[in-house]
Amino acid sequence: MKPLRSSRSRRVVGAAAVVCALLATGACGGGSDEESGSGAGFNAAMKGVANKSSKKGGTLKFVNKQDFDSLDPQRQYYGFAWDFSRFYARQLITYAPKPGNASNELVPDLATSTAKISNGGKTYKYTLRDGITWEDGSAITSKDIKYGIERIWAKDVVSGGPSYLRQALDPKGEYPGPYKDKSKDKLGLKAIETPDDKTIVFNLANPNGDFEQMLAMPTGSPVKASKDTGAKYTNRPFSSGPYKFTSYSPGKSAALVRNPKWDRKSDPIRAALPDKVTVTFNSNLEVIDKGLIKGDYDVFLSATGMTQSGRTTALKQHKGNVDNIETSFVRYVDMATKVKPFDNIHCRKAVIYGADYKQLQTTRGGPQAGGEIAPNMLPKSIKGADNYDPYGILKRGGKPDPAKAKDELKQCGKPGGFSANIVARNDQPNEVEAAEALQESLSKVGIKLEVEPIEGASSASITGSPSVMKKRNYGLSMTGWGPDFPTGQGFSQPLIDGRFIEQTGNYNVSETNDPEINKFFDEALKETDPAQAGEIYKQMNHKVTDLAVQMPFLYEKNITWRSSRLTNAYTAAAYNGRYDYVSLGVK
Amino acid sequence: MAVREPPPGGARTAAGPRTVLAYVIRRLFAVVMMLLVVTLTTFAIFFVIPKWAGSDPALLFVGKQADPEAIEGIRKKLELGDPLLLQFWHFVEGLFVGRDYANGSDVTHCPAPCFGYSFRTEQAVWPQLTDAMPVTLSLAAGACLLWVVGGVATGVVSALRRGTLWDRSAMTVALAGVSLPIYFTGLLSLAIFSYQLKWVDVDYKGLGDNPGMWFESLILPWITLAFLYAAMYARLTRATMLEIMGEDYIRTARAKGLRERVVIGRHAMRSTWTPILTLLGLDLGALLGGAVLTETTYNLPGLGRLAVNAISDKDLPVILGVTLIAALCIVVANLVVDLLYAVIDPRVRLG
Amino acid sequence: MTDLNKSGTPETGAVAAPGTAVGEVAAAGSPAPTAFLEVRDLRVHFPTDDGLVKSVDGLSFRLEKGRTLGIVGESGSGKSVTSLGIMGLHTAGQYGRRKARISGEIWLNGQELLGADPDEVRKLRGREMSMIFQDPLSALHPYYTIGKQIVEAYRVHHEVTKDVARKRAIELLDRVGIPQPDKRVDSYPHEFSGGMRQRAMIAMSLVNNPELLIADEPTTALDVTVQAQILDLIRDLQKEFGSAVIIITHDLGVVAELADDLLVMYGGRCVERGPAEKVFYEPQHPYTWGLLGSMPRIDRDQTDRLIPVKGSPPSLINVPSGCAFHPRCPYADVPRDGITRTERPELVQVAGSEEHFSACHMAQEDRTRIWTEEIAPKL
Repeated sequence: MKPLRSSRSRRVVGAAAVVCALLATGACGGGSDEESGSGAGFNAAMKGVANKSSKKGGTLKFVNKQDFDSLDPQRQYYGFAWDFSRFYARQLITYAPKPGNASNELVPDLATSTAKISNGGKTYKYTLRDGITWEDGSAITSKDIKYGIERIWAKDVVSGGPSYLRQALDPKGEYPGPYKDKSKDKLGLKAIETPDDKTIVFNLANPNGDFEQMLAMPTGSPVKASKDTGAKYTNRPFSSGPYKFTSYSPGKSAALVRNPKWDRKSDPIRAALPDKVTVTFNSNLEVIDKGLIKGDYDVFLSATGMTQSGRTTALKQHKGNVDNIETSFVRYVDMATKVKPFDNIHCRKAVIYGADYKQLQTTRGGPQAGGEIAPNMLPKSIKGADNYDPYGILKRGGKPDPAKAKDELKQCGKPGGFSANIVARNDQPNEVEAAEALQESLSKVGIKLEVEPIEGASSASITGSPSVMKKRNYGLSMTGWGPDFPTGQGFSQPLIDGRFIEQTGNYNVSETNDPEINKFFDEALKETDPAQAGEIYKQMNHKVTDLAVQMPFLYEKNITWRSSRLTNAYTAAAYNGRYDYVSLGVK
Repeated sequence: MAVREPPPGGARTAAGPRTVLAYVIRRLFAVVMMLLVVTLTTFAIFFVIPKWAGSDPALLFVGKQADPEAIEGIRKKLELGDPLLLQFWHFVEGLFVGRDYANGSDVTHCPAPCFGYSFRTEQAVWPQLTDAMPVTLSLAAGACLLWVVGGVATGVVSALRRGTLWDRSAMTVALAGVSLPIYFTGLLSLAIFSYQLKWVDVDYKGLGDNPGMWFESLILPWITLAFLYAAMYARLTRATMLEIMGEDYIRTARAKGLRERVVIGRHAMRSTWTPILTLLGLDLGALLGGAVLTETTYNLPGLGRLAVNAISDKDLPVILGVTLIAALCIVVANLVVDLLYAVIDPRVRLG
Repeated sequence: MTDLNKSGTPETGAVAAPGTAVGEVAAAGSPAPTAFLEVRDLRVHFPTDDGLVKSVDGLSFRLEKGRTLGIVGESGSGKSVTSLGIMGLHTAGQYGRRKARISGEIWLNGQELLGADPDEVRKLRGREMSMIFQDPLSALHPYYTIGKQIVEAYRVHHEVTKDVARKRAIELLDRVGIPQPDKRVDSYPHEFSGGMRQRAMIAMSLVNNPELLIADEPTTALDVTVQAQILDLIRDLQKEFGSAVIIITHDLGVVAELADDLLVMYGGRCVERGPAEKVFYEPQHPYTWGLLGSMPRIDRDQTDRLIPVKGSPPSLINVPSGCAFHPRCPYADVPRDGITRTERPELVQVAGSEEHFSACHMAQEDRTRIWTEEIAPKL
């Protein structure tokens, strides 16, 4: 009888294992906690630095679904790539290695100090530190920095990255780029001067208080001309930072090891704790979450949140390994003021009053995995943000106000409501669903929405084209936005400044061209004191909110996994709430 | 003694080597034509249809800030301005003699066989394909071995024990195998054997790098994939076997006094293999083009995952390359099956 | 052919009850026969969803070496089932739950086959007894050459090299009249014409010099001209090899010249048997008359044909009570003395002929009268 019983109990155990796996809760496993250790506590990296440590060594293991858009610093535009590039690319100035909003502060990196600004805010001058070297031991010179920045002008070869520096230094586009540069040293860009190897001077066409923000982006990284491989530079960027690449196979993996030529004394920013940094790409988000929870990886590189099952397991059993980060992303609806009836402010307000913000929040994952209800466009990490709430959205707890919505409809001359189309990207998670949720709540006040799903990749030629929006009668666009750099200019200008309306690739979808708003930007750009600029952006934001041209509804938040062995982890507003990767270490 | 019959018509003798060669040449020509059509179609899908739909492929590569000059640069680089047939011609030409992707001073040479150049990863497509092929080949070959052995054995035993408990349970499991999607069985197997029991490490390693880890990383995908196919093969084998066992020549084999083992193993199996091999050739051909779901679930860097990544990155040259390779595998598999058929079944004549 | 009643075996034993063990010898204890082949009370029943199919239900006969027995009957009469039963092919390769139920005794050369070890019977198959099937195209394996199939048949029973076996195969192919046998030995069945295939089949069945040859409708699938050649071949070979031959056919014409004895089957039972000339010229059973009437005759006009057997063969699950033939019998109304309709007619010796038996309720004088007055003139 005995063997029979044992074989039966084994079968029961087997069945239990299957059930466990199916539920993906692991509650019956029990062992997993011990093996992955215990985390530093829920939101430990939000409140401060989790597992503060200066212990060096070990391998820091990233995992991600999506590959880098590029490793070439001048060609990167993905936020996680910017955060990651700190391992191998330095700039004149960069974001402070500090938790939360303090990370938005700009501090000198290759330069000895922040810029000496003169000439009415049009000249920026930097002196380079001693001991800064490339991975071959040669010194990083001001000419390397100039050459690196010049590469942005070669739009066809070095494509994909942001063009702020190009616009600030050469708005007319006179310089052809280094590859077509006739001068001997290929340093023909007049706006940048390198009087000696230690000095670099930038001459702006117009004053821009955020110019240093632009230099802090990876586009401001030096590139050694002799090591420039043009378009193929992405396959093996030459390191100016504490790590250098040993391998990179697109879509599969990347590995970096310490750059022995990097001098710690020359770099006050980078903790550079691990000996090795690896990135593994895995196309399956479920598997990524399982690998994180199992302890195979330390950080999900893009930090775009866990899957629903991963989230549930993490929050239930490993809450200490979870941070609920704020991403600086705002989820909102653009209202095209050139498409009827959204030319009328009352019809726009009717949408705002009729929308059920609570339902939209739930659709996007609730307060933790989705985010907080947003009363206006500016996210909290940006100077000038406040809780301005003229429509009483927070007061109502996000619920709709049908009475006011109907009142606005009456004033708009459409007491019975109206019909409109809303565009949503079908490859962006929950975007179509959010549009459908809006459709449902607005139908209760008589506004009938038709949801038009589009492919995200084609949005540049649909929502990005005012004529297409008008022709197809797309009045509303469900979308999201994160800042390229954490200022009012970086966040709001492309969206709301009338002079940024483009015929393709347009982001000012509402086609707002309000002289007062445009003037706010001009004033703020002249301001070199961030606090003062913030005051102006605050007024700008209030004005935009009053105009009701956008309907923000969520300040995005994500659930992010932090492995138990991860040290020195803090979320940085400057990197959209991701951990400051270059500060991380492993136990 | 009976009158001798005249020998039957000489036309019924087997096809000579010349006929076979002519047949193969004819088929190879068809293969080439087919691949050209596939290439042209893929070209049209990725380069023409977006144009009609009003979206510009160049926009996919330009990044967030699409200024017209940058778009123009990309367009030139991708040769989007050229007529489709010219682009197509350049592509076909590149396959045989290689080609240069010139972009101002930045010239990239793509040696033959040039399957295009990916501007997303800044690499030629062909090395990416040759990188991915061994992975897909490993996956397909291992899984194939498992499912043929498992599926055919199950099918034979089921047929011979028709109607018994074994037969019914095997066929129920087989039905489950056919109906369960790979991302379900795959994730389940990962959850149990990799994350819960920690028996296997599923990070792929090349056979040349580390045979042990290669085996370890592939064992789950093999079993999962094989399970799906084994189910199909078990059902096919069972049905074929049942049909064959009722054939007159099986009775003849028994009437000769052959052992049952020989009757089944030699006479019945010989015929049962025919439809199995046909299906096998086609399945293997399709699988060599990339087992998309399996490779995605287990993160195997094969052609299937390359395709998925390329599609999500809108990396058109890579998509085109994978499509071509997949088409080539299927077309060649078809040809091989047809040739094999003539070898297996002497009644089939090529022509 | 000898009278079985003389040897003391009851002609109709109790029908094997469902559930009787497979292969159980019904009439256990009876002495071993002296005949070369003796079948005693053979019953072959198949369980199906609709009920028990009694394909053969109490059949007995004897056959000596050098003699040819023709078993005649329409399809479903149990003649093929009988031959497969003798070969032991109902039990070989029986898979799944539904197995044929066989009872009775089959004695071959003094050895009882139904109760014997199946592997012993297997060793007899192809060597002591072999079989020719109706459709040689489907009976030959399409993927193997003729030579290979003959070689295989030879080597099962003889431990010889392939070369030796191949020589033997060529020899046999030559013997059965296949031209260029050394070349044709490597041909596939589909490369042969129908007649050639049947010759090859015959060669294969004779390769081990079997003492019993069963030919199951050997000519049905063939052209009329080829039919005669094949039948001639079988006759020649029998003379040469001296085997006992059973020819199974639905066509009396096939066995007319070949058979020494005839056995007419209807509904799984024997309705008439006797020396061929007796059955042909003094047939006693209305069913035999029908068969004779449907014989194709070159010298007769087709429209003239009479007494074709009307109606369809009986159900083998619910066999008609009494005489199984009575629903189709044109003479069912002829008065019978003291016999009820539900009584099954026994196989009774025909007066004046020691080896001629018939199972008919009609009085013999009635049968003789009807035959001579009504039937014979029209044939």
